[in-house]
Amino acid sequence: MKINNAFFAFILKRLLNSVILLVIVMSLVFFANRQIGDPARMVLGNGASEEAVLNLRTQMGLEDPMSQQYGRFLYGLATGDLGKTFRFGLSDSVRAGNDANALSTLPIAMDRLPATLILAGATIIFSVLVALPLGLYAAARPRSPPDRAIGVLSLAGVSIVEYWFALVLVLVFAVQFAWFPTSGYGTVAHVVLPALALSLRPIGRITQIARSSLLDEMAKPYITAAKGRGIPMRRVAAVHALKNAAIPIVTTIGDETINVVTGVIIIETIFGWPGIGALTVDALSIRDIPLVEATVFLLVLMVLTINLLVDVAYAFLNPRLRIG
Amino acid sequence: MIDETASTTDDTQRDASIGYRDIIRALVRDPLVLVSVIFLTLLILSAIFAEIVAPMDPLIPNIFASRLPPLSYATGLDGTEQLHLLGTDALGRDMLSRLIFGARASLFVALVSVFVSGVLGTCLGVIAGYYGGWVETVVMRAVDAFMAVPSLLIALFVLFIIGGGLVNMILIFALVRWVVYARLARGITLSLRETQFVEAARAIGASNARIMLRHILPNMISPLLVLATLEIALLVLAEAGLSFLGFGLVPPEPSWGLMISRGREYMREAWWMITLPGLAIFLTTLSLNLIANWFRAVMDPVQRWRWLM
Repeated sequence: MKINNAFFAFILKRLLNSVILLVIVMSLVFFANRQIGDPARMVLGNGASEEAVLNLRTQMGLEDPMSQQYGRFLYGLATGDLGKTFRFGLSDSVRAGNDANALSTLPIAMDRLPATLILAGATIIFSVLVALPLGLYAAARPRSPPDRAIGVLSLAGVSIVEYWFALVLVLVFAVQFAWFPTSGYGTVAHVVLPALALSLRPIGRITQIARSSLLDEMAKPYITAAKGRGIPMRRVAAVHALKNAAIPIVTTIGDETINVVTGVIIIETIFGWPGIGALTVDALSIRDIPLVEATVFLLVLMVLTINLLVDVAYAFLNPRLRIG
Repeated sequence: MIDETASTTDDTQRDASIGYRDIIRALVRDPLVLVSVIFLTLLILSAIFAEIVAPMDPLIPNIFASRLPPLSYATGLDGTEQLHLLGTDALGRDMLSRLIFGARASLFVALVSVFVSGVLGTCLGVIAGYYGGWVETVVMRAVDAFMAVPSLLIALFVLFIIGGGLVNMILIFALVRWVVYARLARGITLSLRETQFVEAARAIGASNARIMLRHILPNMISPLLVLATLEIALLVLAEAGLSFLGFGLVPPEPSWGLMISRGREYMREAWWMITLPGLAIFLTTLSLNLIANWFRAVMDPVQRWRWLM
């Protein structure tokens, strides 16, 4: 396959945009976090003396000018150092004499990444495996009863509250029948319920898009021409139409992967899944600002990576960008 | 290009010919959508007149009536026997009444947010598409940036900074969702800007504001309505999610999301406490999605005949 310069120029431009956006988002997060009160006081509690607070502020670098703090933050962002956690850091770990590295927020957040990737990956693979055949089956017989049933079901899929469905799943399949564990991590059985809860929405959306984009494509003149040449319907759909219908489908799969990455925030909390989503909620609720920054950083990084992958796939599928 | 322009004008003229009578006729032909419309109408009416419709006060607890299943009777605080049609929650508050008042909170947040973000996004989108140049660049850069980061993540973080509550939620939803309208409005404006009727309006000396308001805006009402309906559904879900995590509406406000989050502690022994508010959200968003889907088809001249035949 011949790949031309336009392809690389396109990808490079998208990559640059993502990096700029990441820096902007993290800067906004940095300044927003400075608005919610004194971090030193949050660490020491309300009973602490003014002197102790001032001491800690100096130690944390909060007494430095804002420009210096921001510069340090940007430097840390570039070198992958997003500061030390408040809670774990200055209470238990320091007293226990743990090594300083254990307190850095980015490694703490990175530890949670594999669990989230497993859950999100399982969800998307399952969704695509269910949704694509459903959508194509419906598109093959438009306005028939099966098509209408699939249409209403896919609308139902996008109408459900994910975490509520998750709780109902727990109630039925974990509590009532005890087929799956209610929460936890480690075995395949643990993945089933959270992935199922997360997959309803992607299944609904991908089914709709697969159906409509294939139908749109089948209505185009080149398909009529192919049919006119006597090529069998099945072959026309599979070889000619599907290739062009793939662009919106791939874009939707990308969008839905991003939705799943945000969906894990709630679903992981419900299932006690040790991923980045549950950690985000924990960090937010104990107001551990450096940890919040690290989790937001990783979540945004994941989203931007998925966007970039979709762009690469798009460039590959679009001959204008691929072939010189 | 000329052919395309001509067909757009043609479609627009055909579009204008659909009347209320046709819409009603199309509605009756699709029972599922008709049921959705009736359900939503009843829901909105009971949310508006919640004080009259709700059988009991949604906030006053009654410890003698705690966690009663649907269709149970209990002695109320005034000593009379009361029917709890949909049961009670952990504090003995009537579920039906809380669902009705919860509808008010959830729908209010969604509708006001959609209105604010819709007006803001449409204005910016039309202006960006009409004038082009640096205005367009600035607006579309902002749109791209907001599109690249998930709304729920932004909403969660901003609510963490400024705190939850009704007004803050509406502000956040307006902040993160205006972009979808801006993108749509700009796209339609770009294609309408070159049409003959806009050119004609310009030729007879209509001002830019007049062209945008009288010639461009009316031609995007139906796609905007479809989008807004889908957005209401999305925001009802988002409100429930954020309230569940504790970053949305604040208790004791009866909101559907908060009810599920409360009911979670008792879900093993009192299934109705999480099932009913979840069903309420599901039916509401499903109705909205069905209506949006149907409306899009009816407003599409290519597809419309199937509904009117």
